[in-house]
Amino acid sequence: MGDHSHGSPSTSGTVATAGQSDVEKFQDPGLPPHRPRRADKDPRAEKRAERQVAILFVISIIGTVLFFVGYFGIRLDDTIATLRFQNFTLGMGTAFAMLGIGVGIVHWAKTLMPDHEIVEERHEVRTEEDRRDAEQIIGQVLDESGISRRPLIRNTLIGAGVLAILPAIGIFRDLSKDMNPEVLRHTMWDAGVRLTRDPSGTPIKASDVTIGSAFHVIPEGLNEAEHKLEEKAKAVVLLMRLNPDELNVSPGREDWNYNGIVAYSKICTHVGCPVALYEQHTHHLLCPCHQSTFDLTQECKVIFGPAAHALPQLPISVDDEGYLVATSDFHEPVGPSYWERG
Amino acid sequence: MSASTDTYVPKTRVGRITNFVDTRVGGSSIVKEFGRKIFPDHWSFMFGEVALYSFVILLLSGTFLTFFFDPSMAETHYDGVYVPLKGVEMSVAYQSTLDISFEIRGGLFMRQLHHWSALMFVASVSFHMLRVFFTGAFRRPRELNWVVGCVLLILALAAGFTGYSLPDDLLSGNGLRIIDGVIKGIPLVGTYISLLLFGGEFPGTDIVGRLYVLHILLVPALILLMIAVHLFMVVVHKHTQYPGPGRSESNVVGFPIGPVYAAKAGGFFFVVFGILAVIAANFQILAIWDYGPYDPSPVSAGTQPDWYIGWVDGALRLMPGVGEFVIFGRTISLNVLLPALAPAGLLFTLMFAWPWIERWVTKDHREHHILDRPRNAPFRTGIGVAGIVFYSVMWAAASSDLIATHFHVSLNDVTYWLRALFFLGPILGFIVTRRICLALQRKDREIALHGRETGRIVRLPHGEFIEVHEPLNDYKLYRLVNFESPEVLPAQPNKAGHIKRSEKLRGSLSRFFFEDRVAPVTRAELEAAHSHHAEVEAPAEKAEVSGR
Ligand code: HEM
Ligand code: FES
Repeated sequence: MGDHSHGSPSTSGTVATAGQSDVEKFQDPGLPPHRPRRADKDPRAEKRAERQVAILFVISIIGTVLFFVGYFGIRLDDTIATLRFQNFTLGMGTAFAMLGIGVGIVHWAKTLMPDHEIVEERHEVRTEEDRRDAEQIIGQVLDESGISRRPLIRNTLIGAGVLAILPAIGIFRDLSKDMNPEVLRHTMWDAGVRLTRDPSGTPIKASDVTIGSAFHVIPEGLNEAEHKLEEKAKAVVLLMRLNPDELNVSPGREDWNYNGIVAYSKICTHVGCPVALYEQHTHHLLCPCHQSTFDLTQECKVIFGPAAHALPQLPISVDDEGYLVATSDFHEPVGPSYWERG
Repeated sequence: MSASTDTYVPKTRVGRITNFVDTRVGGSSIVKEFGRKIFPDHWSFMFGEVALYSFVILLLSGTFLTFFFDPSMAETHYDGVYVPLKGVEMSVAYQSTLDISFEIRGGLFMRQLHHWSALMFVASVSFHMLRVFFTGAFRRPRELNWVVGCVLLILALAAGFTGYSLPDDLLSGNGLRIIDGVIKGIPLVGTYISLLLFGGEFPGTDIVGRLYVLHILLVPALILLMIAVHLFMVVVHKHTQYPGPGRSESNVVGFPIGPVYAAKAGGFFFVVFGILAVIAANFQILAIWDYGPYDPSPVSAGTQPDWYIGWVDGALRLMPGVGEFVIFGRTISLNVLLPALAPAGLLFTLMFAWPWIERWVTKDHREHHILDRPRNAPFRTGIGVAGIVFYSVMWAAASSDLIATHFHVSLNDVTYWLRALFFLGPILGFIVTRRICLALQRKDREIALHGRETGRIVRLPHGEFIEVHEPLNDYKLYRLVNFESPEVLPAQPNKAGHIKRSEKLRGSLSRFFFEDRVAPVTRAELEAAHSHHAEVEAPAEKAEVSGR
């Protein structure tokens, strides 16, 4: 190691080792000469730098004081403005406290500490000799253990080892008590369950649903259900009314709508976001997550985007009081596809 | 053990302390090893430091948050100070996040600091990785450290994702729901993984607690372990350095750790902390009270996931809705599986394997401690940019709706364009970048041979105008001529005299990468150029003199 950073190229110490023998290559001129900084030459500049560093440290102290002023001086009430103001004071206090120290130290290092580059030699990571010794030792260890000469021992050990790992995986089986994929097929909807508004749970009369309107719907009784969120995650429905001639109804679904009122699962068949946007004039439903677009007039067939199958339709009718009810559960699982869906 | 009296009698206070410590637990050898160890300096080496420091800040702010956060998904009714949510049903986890924001002094600041540091962490790890890639710092002997780095990147993403899901607000719940949908798309085991992860059906009451353990224990512990291994290897290998006069494969040129490097690096920690504090003080992030507790029904359009998740979300968007089919009563959904796994799988496989791929193509098994200037490795730089373009197209796709509204174009068109770019972009990126690199290399050659253009025009005696070129000094010249440029290495027959298929492939890759190479200037070329100049320069001087 040594300091070679002074002098002209021809006298400066470092000389290239790489490529020296190669006539085609250029000779390494060595480190460029060191250029003294202002503070190296001028004692006044040095004093100034010293003062600047100290001022920066004082700014840090002021920052810490500011933090405590914000912490004790600002009383949180219930307005966001006060909260923001306190957050600003604490944050800027911390920022000054940290930047004062940080910029101060860096400035100190850059202006006042030596800036001569130093050269150190690299060494090989390890010597070849060590490698040969290691190889020999490992060989000897393996040999003395006899593991390569006694395949019976080796193979049973490998077998035992592999098996012994399995409990460590198997013991996680009880992460879920309920492992039957069939639960994904069913929702709270059933014959006679009323369609109610989300989130209030008030039932909806067929006459409330005018052409062009859309309702976010949950099954009656959801708000009191035991596993409310799990049920809601499967059962949410969008309810819309179209002019009956605009609906292209496929055979078997003739009585699934009521005078042009249709109900579709709100859970995107792509990966499960709520399909929240209804474009009235085009009759498109749009999923905001990855823009799958479903055409309401074609039984919510996918017309754009990554979803691969239509939104399931909920068959509906009205009860004797004129409220909309489901006539059965969905006829297929809602939401994203899964292996057992079929 | 008779004469155990000290023969070394320290005279200074530092000496006495050193003596006390060293004779009890040792340690002076560490000081000897590291006290004046040389570390090269360059702005691009700071990304690794920023990553390290933002991780420290994550640990500090995160620990604060654990004292107040409650990862329970039990149901409760809010009765805190934030009026709009009074009485609303929510999980305890969400409520405790509200309380940290509204009722714990400095809590909001810590939340914002933590989140901003997380974004900075992933960003700096990514930039650090790009720096290592584009300069070839991953070459022997540092391949394993590159692998450790790739693992760190994955862990950084895991840390971010598990953290994002904790507050149990609308955004985090929606994020989880997307994950659940993707998991369910995995053939054979997907449904079971989903049921196990959520402890039953989505969302269940377990997931936040489980992610919490991963987020505050497992993932950070693994990151710490990997950082320790990573930095240990940096010390073993010694840092790389940029090429330049005085710097060779066999030395390290830079500043000693004590005091200069330690001061700069240590000071820089406070600078990073300070900058993050400024951001956290002024820019609101994840205002969970605006979104409300998780509810499977509502959704806020235009909300974005954290930036580093965006590319996967974008890949999901780009895929057309094809590839779902049923065989033997089982459903396979390639429309989900393919975009969720293929691009990420491709990127990460190439990333992990790149040091070996490059080594295989170039057959270069030597150690490298001098970095490449990116222009001097046009093939690698091109590949890297192709990767960046590939990533960026997916990332842009995650904002396709915002792009569409901002530029008043149809969303579908944006998607079609991005689908095309997904395939063409990387190819174009590669070609253009390689061309730019080669052009820069040729320019470097010009300058090395004929000197720098000065902009001064003079008239030769016979009336011709020429621009005066100023020859470079030895240092600048060395910078431009001292690099390696791999050559095409055609397929070689093996011992039996056959050319194997893999070797043929290697040969053609080598041709593809290196056939347009620009060779470094040789001494002979420079001398030839100078003797030519001598004729031109001499009259040029005369011309100037006579001009006055
Ligand atoms: C948790 C995240 C990470 C931290 C805290 C971290 C930290 C560091 C630090 C402080 C250095 C030395 C200074 C420097 O060269 O910047 C370094 C070097 C290095 N890092 Fe990382 N790093 C991280 C992630 C990565 C990633 C994702 C990669 C690549 C895939 C990577 C590959 C490397 C390599 C190969 C070196 C040696 C560079 C050289 O000697 O030139 N690191 N890392
Ligand atoms: S979840 Fe609806 S498009 Fe992806």
